[in-house]
Amino acid sequence: MRSSPRAEPKGTREGKSRKGLPLLFWRLPRRGRREEWLAALGFLFLGLVLIRFFVIWPSIRTLWFSLFDAKGFAGPSNFVALFRDREILDFSRFLRREPPWGALFHNLVWIFVHLPFTVGLGLILAVVFSKIKSWWVGIARGAIYLGIVTPLIVGGVIIRFLFDKHAGMVPQILGALGAPIPWSAGWVAYPETALLALVIGSIWLWTGFSMVLHSAGLSTIDRELYEAAQIDGASELAQFRYITLPLLRPVTLVVAAMTFLWELKIFDIVYVATMGGPGGASNVLALEMYFAAFRELDPYRASAIATLITLFSLPVGYWFARRRLRR
Amino acid sequence: MRKRNILAKSIALSIAVIWALPFIGIVMTALRPSREVLYGWWYPPFHFSIKNFVNAWTHPTAALGMGLRNSLQVAIGATLLPTFVASLMAYGLGRLRFPGRGPLLMLIGLLLALPQQMIAWPLFRQMHALRLLNSLTGLVLAHSAWGLPWMVFFLRGYIETLPVELEEAARIDGAGRLKTFLYVIFPLMLPALASVMVLQFTWVWNDFFLALILIFDPNRMVLTQRIPLLRGQYHVDWGLLSAGALITMLVPLLVFIFLQRYFVRGLIGGAVK
Repeated sequence: MRSSPRAEPKGTREGKSRKGLPLLFWRLPRRGRREEWLAALGFLFLGLVLIRFFVIWPSIRTLWFSLFDAKGFAGPSNFVALFRDREILDFSRFLRREPPWGALFHNLVWIFVHLPFTVGLGLILAVVFSKIKSWWVGIARGAIYLGIVTPLIVGGVIIRFLFDKHAGMVPQILGALGAPIPWSAGWVAYPETALLALVIGSIWLWTGFSMVLHSAGLSTIDRELYEAAQIDGASELAQFRYITLPLLRPVTLVVAAMTFLWELKIFDIVYVATMGGPGGASNVLALEMYFAAFRELDPYRASAIATLITLFSLPVGYWFARRRLRR
Repeated sequence: MRKRNILAKSIALSIAVIWALPFIGIVMTALRPSREVLYGWWYPPFHFSIKNFVNAWTHPTAALGMGLRNSLQVAIGATLLPTFVASLMAYGLGRLRFPGRGPLLMLIGLLLALPQQMIAWPLFRQMHALRLLNSLTGLVLAHSAWGLPWMVFFLRGYIETLPVELEEAARIDGAGRLKTFLYVIFPLMLPALASVMVLQFTWVWNDFFLALILIFDPNRMVLTQRIPLLRGQYHVDWGLLSAGALITMLVPLLVFIFLQRYFVRGLIGGAVK
C-alpha cells in the first residue's frame, strides 16, 4: 500500500501512463502538504469522533478494567482466576463426562466441529450446484442461503423448535427410529445433547455464508482451465483437487477466518435457545461475559472474559486487515 | 458418469430439502391454530389461522407491532448516518495522503475483528452518563460507530478502483476537495453505497446484543429483543413464537428477495478479489 502514491486501475497495458499520471496529479493542484493534512482531518473528523467515543475508548476501558478488581490494581490475577474457573474451563470433566465443560471449552468444541463442517460443506455445495443445471437449483441455493439473513435470535428460536420434545422434528424422527431418551426427547433440556443441538443448528444457519463466498470465488475461475484438464483426461475429482481447490484457497481462508470470529462471539442463539443451560452445559464465553457484567454486576471478571475473546480474535483480525490492505 | 451425476443431484437436493424444512416448519406452525401443532406441525388436519400473528403483534408484554416501529427507526438511522460518515472517511483514507494514514488503516482493520463484548460494559456506563440509555438515539449512535470500520474498509477499497482522471478534471475546473467528493466521487460510489447500506441495515436489524444492553424500557425495545420475551417461562407457545419469528424475519427476507445482488456483493467485498 506504500509502494505507489496513488491507487491505479489494475491492468498491465497502461503501465506507462500509470507512472506518469500521479506525477501530473501531484504537480498540478498541489497547494502544500499542510493543506492536504487539514483536508484529510476534515474528511475523517466525524467518523473518528464516533469511533473514538463508542468503540475505541470503551475497548481501552475494558482492557483497563480487566487488570483491576474491587480492591484496586490486580495485575493478571483476573485472567489467572478465569483459567481456574470451572465455568470457563473444567478440565476434570472435559471429554470425560457429559458437559458442562466450561464456556471456553464449549467455544472450542464449536470451532472444532462447526468450522470444518460449514467451510467444507459450503465449498462442496458451491461446486455441486455450479455443475447442476435444473430448475430447482435457484430455490435450493436460496434455502441454504436464507440462514445468513435470518436474525440469529430467530435462528435460536428455530433451533429450539427443531429439537423440542413435542413439536420438534429431530427428537420425533429419532424417537420413531427407536433412539434412547436424550436423543428422542428435548435435546436442549439435557446436558448431553444441548451443546450438540446448538452446534448442529448453527451449522444449518451458517453454511450459506460459506456457500455464497465459494460460489463467488468459483465464478472467477477461468473455464478454459477445466477444458484443458478435460482434454488431458483429468477426472472430475482430479479437476477439483488440482484446479478448484488451490484456486479457491484464498476464499476458503477468508471464510474460515470469518467463521472463526463468528464462533468466538456466538451469543444470540445460545441466549434464546438454552440460556447456557441446562446447568451451564451449553454456556459460551460471550454469554458468560454478559452474565458477569449485567447479572452479577462484576465488571472486572466481565472485562477479563471480554479481553480473552478479543485476544483470540485479534490475530485473525490482524491477518485479515494485512491481507486486505496489501492489494 | 451419468449415474454419479444423478447421485450428486439427489444428495444436493436432499441437503436443500433438509435446509428448507425448519423454515417450512415455522411457517406451518405460525399459520395453523396452536392446538393443532402441539405434537408436530406435520400432522393433519390442516386449518388456516392468522390468530398467532395477531397475538404476537399485540402481545401484552412484548408487542411486536411496537418493536417493528422501533427496529425500523433504529435500522434506518443507523444505516443513513454511518453511510454518509463512512463515505467521507473512505475518501479521506483512499485519496488523501497524510502522516499516520497507514497505522490508522491498520487500526480500523483491527476493529473489524473486535467482539461486541469488548465495548459492552463501558459503553453501558457511558450511555448512562450521556443519558442515552433506553433511547433509540443512543442505540443508533452505538450501531453507527460499530458499523463504521467495515464500511470504511469496503468503501475505501472501492474508491481506490475509481479512475483519478475525473477528480483531476474537476479540480482543474476549480472544484475544491469537498465539491469534488460530493459531485464526482459520491455519485460514482452509489453501487458500493447500496451494498454497504443493505448489509448494514440487515445487521442492525438482526442485532440483539447491543439492543439488549442499551435498551430495557418495554416501550423502546426493538424487535429482536421481544422474541425471547414471547416465550413463556414454563410453557412455550410455538404458534406465537413462530409468528413472532416470521414477523422479525420479514424485513431481512424482503431484503434477501429484492436486494440480494447488493447483499452478496457486500458480503464478498474484499474477500474474493
